[in-house]
Amino acid sequence: MEIIIYLIPVALCLGAAGLAAFIWSVNSGQYEDLDGASYRILEDEDKPL
Amino acid sequence: MSMMADTVERGCPSGLAPPAEDRASDFSAFVREAGKEKALSLSVRGAKCGGCLSKIEGALQALPGVTTARMNLSTGATDVRWTGSLDPNRVAQTIRDLGYGVSARVEVNDADLHKAEERKLLIAMGVAGFAAANIMLLSVSVWGGHGEMGEATRRGLHAISGLIALPAVIFSGRHFFGSAWSVLRKGKANMDVPISLAVILAFSVSVWATIKGAEHAYFDACVMLLFFLLIGRFLDARLRRRAYSAALDLASFQNRSVNRLSCSGEVNAVRAAEVVAGDRLLLAAGERAVVDMTILDGVSEVDESLVTGESLPRLASAGSKLFAGSVNLGAPLTGQALAGTEDSLLSDIARMMEAGEQRRSGYRKIADRAVSLYVPFVHTTAVLAFLGWLMLGAGVEHAIMIAVTTLIITCPCALALAAPVAQVVASGRLFRKGIFLKSGDALERLSEIDHIVFDKTGTLTLGEPELMNADRVPAGALTMAASLARASRHPLSRALVSAAGPGQMATNVREQPGLGLEAEIDGKVCRLGSADWTGAPQDAAKGPVLWFACGDETPVRFDFHDVAQAGTRRTVETLQAEGYELEVLSGDREEAVAAVSRDVGINHWTASASPTVKVKRLEALRAEGHNVLMVGDGLNDAGALSLAHAALAPGAAMDISQSASDAVYSGGPEKVPFILETAKRAQNITRQNFALAAIYNVIAVPIAVTGHVTPLVAAIAMSASSLIVTLNALRIEAGGHS
Repeated sequence: MEIIIYLIPVALCLGAAGLAAFIWSVNSGQYEDLDGASYRILEDEDKPL
Repeated sequence: MSMMADTVERGCPSGLAPPAEDRASDFSAFVREAGKEKALSLSVRGAKCGGCLSKIEGALQALPGVTTARMNLSTGATDVRWTGSLDPNRVAQTIRDLGYGVSARVEVNDADLHKAEERKLLIAMGVAGFAAANIMLLSVSVWGGHGEMGEATRRGLHAISGLIALPAVIFSGRHFFGSAWSVLRKGKANMDVPISLAVILAFSVSVWATIKGAEHAYFDACVMLLFFLLIGRFLDARLRRRAYSAALDLASFQNRSVNRLSCSGEVNAVRAAEVVAGDRLLLAAGERAVVDMTILDGVSEVDESLVTGESLPRLASAGSKLFAGSVNLGAPLTGQALAGTEDSLLSDIARMMEAGEQRRSGYRKIADRAVSLYVPFVHTTAVLAFLGWLMLGAGVEHAIMIAVTTLIITCPCALALAAPVAQVVASGRLFRKGIFLKSGDALERLSEIDHIVFDKTGTLTLGEPELMNADRVPAGALTMAASLARASRHPLSRALVSAAGPGQMATNVREQPGLGLEAEIDGKVCRLGSADWTGAPQDAAKGPVLWFACGDETPVRFDFHDVAQAGTRRTVETLQAEGYELEVLSGDREEAVAAVSRDVGINHWTASASPTVKVKRLEALRAEGHNVLMVGDGLNDAGALSLAHAALAPGAAMDISQSASDAVYSGGPEKVPFILETAKRAQNITRQNFALAAIYNVIAVPIAVTGHVTPLVAAIAMSASSLIVTLNALRIEAGGHS
């Protein structure tokens, strides 16, 4: 059971990484335009030559 | 039909039509310098689909020198940056050419404040969610290892839980602690007081339990409580920010430039806010007046339909007064400003709106009423539980534990989610039908409506006259008349052109303001306009007419009428069947109002109503105890809109009316029954949710007071009640209107 001493911190670090990514995404304004983002995926950025 | 083809190709096929666009301001007054680049913030209206986004951004990026062009589809805010000598008006014109409304965006710090508030809540929610999930992971092993787990292991797991919970409680809980502290200092209590008490006490007794190595710690419960409550807070903040950005659009409408004449006769573009009484202003064809003015020079026809609701233009010449919001249809006019923008009619109406909105904000939401019952209830129960156990001979420690579990289990999670979730689901349902809800409590007010007042022009009707006798006029006359009409902005001319379809424009068309048009076709002088102008016999025609005469031929008469939108009659019947009282309140002429009211089947109508009359009528109805819904689009409706119990504006309405209303719908009046039905349904669900929350407490409180709440019971009870309330709200979507 000693393995739990490693496993709990590992689990918490993984979770914290996810939380950090979430905070970054909020602060970089990724939830500002929820309507537009869903359409931007479909936009063709490559122009025909 | 050329105009029909235009509307299909231009603009947004799925969303709001842009408001009637006049020739707007000189955008160079709003350009900012950003390093080496120039930047312009625009507010684009009418773009609500993915195609719009790529169309607008693509067209802007194709302009010479443009480095960035990015549009926010949710708000319409568009930022354009460029280098070099690109004319900012060309940027605006590019968007306008695509069929969208555009104005310079007002930049205020408040907007960032609202945005920051929403972000803070979202991050706090994320942190609480992270902590709740991880503590739950540890708690489940404690519960699962019940009876087998050694005391040292359990204490270790509790300690880790506490270490996760401490920063989360401080970080996510400060929203509640701060607000609770500020009301407590004033000697009052709000919902945040029991929340803060529950969280802080639960955390403290859990720390105590961990130190003592006791069996139960409530770290999971206090973080989960924060998580559920923050979901409710966040949804609420998002709805409020939407309402705020609508108010910003109103400010953007006043954010236009004006052509001011200097003493030497030079024309300067200045911002509207800079105009003061006495300034000489030039009003070009198609331009909208931003201040009240007296005409000094020039003769032209002005469209005052937005100010008075009158659907036909009025002749304006030297000496006559022009109100802010009128559009010049013909030749340029020079006028003297009677007041600055702040004292003009437009601002008067804005002030009337503010007064109405203040009155409306006095409206007490069902959620607030529930809270005022809830707060004393929880405190009393917890205190009674504490005293009761003390008297029964339990130790102070045990009694405190019972009081804390009572606070936790009666947590207002379900209460906090009951209204916001229902509002979010209902506004989503409306959104998919092209209806934009602007305030959270609007649904509540809409559900209480018993009397509906419609504006005529632009609401029941399209606001555009239609040619009635196209098949009865001599062949060829329509085509020739249309070739003259193409040179004019007059609404009747435009109706004539739209009936005639695509074709040529006559050369050298001269316009006589107030009379008509004249041009030479095949060597004959042809005239289109009033009876006097064409030499036709005077007759008492009902409704607007145009005469057309070529050379010595007998003049031909074109009859027009303002038609009700398709399906309005059925909508009226539906509403009447559901027990609503309907009436029409219009600023237009009596014949026009009577005809349309008869057409759609509304018996009660008032014509020639000025904005003040409209406001008075609304006040009278309110005094009679009616909850009035006002549906209107014009400047002249704005005051009435804000005074009504609830208000709706069509998507093509004036920006100011859209701001004054609770919801904006695209399409015709057939949306009104749908909106009312959704509001009623949302209100029913909200009431059910509050009932569910009450039932939950009736069951949970005895369990807590008798001391049977373990952390496991608390976790299950909290999640279950929140889940039930949320699932119940989803029923708003199901079934109903087709």
